[in-house]
Amino acid sequence: MTVISSETDVDNLTLVIVAEFEAGVERVWETWKDPRKLERWWGPPTFPATFTRHEFVEGGESRYYMTGPNGENPHGWWRIDVIEPPRRIAFVNGLAGDDGEPVPGVEPMPSHVTFEPAGDRTRMTAVTRFVTVEQMEQMLAMGMQEGMTQAIDQIDAVLQLVSAT
Amino acid sequence: MVVGLLTDADADRVFQALADGTRRDILARALTHEQSVSALARQYAMSFAAVQKHVAVLERAALITKERRGREQIVHGNAETVRGAVELLDAYEQLWVQRVTQIAGLLAGEEGVER
Repeated sequence: MTVISSETDVDNLTLVIVAEFEAGVERVWETWKDPRKLERWWGPPTFPATFTRHEFVEGGESRYYMTGPNGENPHGWWRIDVIEPPRRIAFVNGLAGDDGEPVPGVEPMPSHVTFEPAGDRTRMTAVTRFVTVEQMEQMLAMGMQEGMTQAIDQIDAVLQLVSAT
Repeated sequence: MVVGLLTDADADRVFQALADGTRRDILARALTHEQSVSALARQYAMSFAAVQKHVAVLERAALITKERRGREQIVHGNAETVRGAVELLDAYEQLWVQRVTQIAGLLAGEEGVER
């Protein structure tokens, strides 16, 4: 099982994902560093990403677009605030316009990702914090509705928990 | 884009309402069984007025509905609103689960080449 846990915290608008990979820290780090590898996982399967710029250094920026099944191309950008190879990345991911550049006035979403060795595996923890609900919806609008049906099953499970208390 | 059942303004009110432990507790009780405000107030070490304020915040966020029945105010939880809030976060969670699955697939595919 790759995903060890994922936890959405409605109170703090945060999402914590913990995953373990069958690979050393350096190889997992490469999946973030190498744009050709990064674009194989950043977008959902139906919205693959293409990175046209990827400056994997502190203060560096990235630009990408995704390609949807109907030819739509939502654009996004990153700015890397902290980078400690191969252990830690703090970056923001924001919405970009059709010109590929950040949309003014739209707050980017900060994520903090750590990589730790766990035997011969690597444990990755990704914490994303949403600044506002509007921002969360904008990010979701970028071709991410795919998971919705599965998500609904999870909501049912949550609601069942509530009603069981 | 509207994900699920909430508009942005609605959703902001919902998340603000949920950001307090007492209100989450009141909501959990109200989702389970309808409650009178006075019965709720007995559950907490705070004044009736303070509990009433929490109830009002939950009501404005449409997380609970309040009705007057005789001398009692009865509240019950609104599961649809809760669902809308959870749905937003879950959709994003799914995206990360997909990403992690794709990283694992990528690493597994490389194995033969790099090991």
